[in-house]
Amino acid sequence: MVFADPFETLFNFQQTLDALRASSWLESMPSGGGPYPPLNVFRKGDDFVIITEIPGVKASDLDIKVRGNAIRIAGIKTVDYSDKASRHRRERMAGSFDRTVTIPVEIDPEQVKAQFRDGILVLYLPRAERDKPKSIKVV
Amino acid sequence: MRTDRATRKMEDTMAKSRALEVQEKKELASKEETTVPAKYYVPNTDIYETDDALTVVMEIPGVEKKNLAVHVENDVLRVEGRIDFSKYEGLEPVYTEYNVGNFVRAFNLSSKIDQDKVGAQLDDGVLTLTLKKAKQAMLRRIPIS
Repeated sequence: MVFADPFETLFNFQQTLDALRASSWLESMPSGGGPYPPLNVFRKGDDFVIITEIPGVKASDLDIKVRGNAIRIAGIKTVDYSDKASRHRRERMAGSFDRTVTIPVEIDPEQVKAQFRDGILVLYLPRAERDKPKSIKVV
Repeated sequence: MRTDRATRKMEDTMAKSRALEVQEKKELASKEETTVPAKYYVPNTDIYETDDALTVVMEIPGVEKKNLAVHVENDVLRVEGRIDFSKYEGLEPVYTEYNVGNFVRAFNLSSKIDQDKVGAQLDDGVLTLTLKKAKQAMLRRIPIS
């Protein structure tokens, strides 16, 4: 992907995202406690990248675990108000979440990196070296 | 007043134990059309009022401080946040559950706001705007002698 025209790029990117939505890739999992947070899964060469939007969640309230090819993202989102305030509008939701997803490749748990910035959690999931396909030379 | 506070406490406790559900992102249904076909989204917003200020809390995940514009003009508060799409460079989507786009939202402010005293803070994708009320709009308590 080349990002030449930012508007064109944005439009194409959004179309790709929409086209892929409601695919059954992550469905029928044995575990999984609710669909929050919504996930986008990307491939970057051999590796996978999971991006999710969790605005208002503190890094200290996040619990991320990796085992085999399963990733568990759990945490609590709190919405605080001053007691004396009168509420005009309330759209933000608070609560707890716990979601486990399985990736179709084995990942190297030691190399997993998590980055949390501006309410976006990015998980870099490198494919385990032994899981990578080997090319066989024909003699 | 007391029952109100008690209800609120209960609500908050319930909210903490409740499992979160996905809130589908609302696309902006604008009266005017944009010149580009890309989608814009409406951020989830809480608004609450205290005696001296109006607080607006918006969820704009992925928007950096430098890509955020907040304006108060003619009693209209307008927030626009842009997403940096270069971060998605080299990533090939394989499975998606939400779309990504810039955020726009505007509110008509009912009580008079002191336009010079607008505080803005961005933490973990949540923008908190504190709009101080102008002196004449503030609630005056009359002491009873």
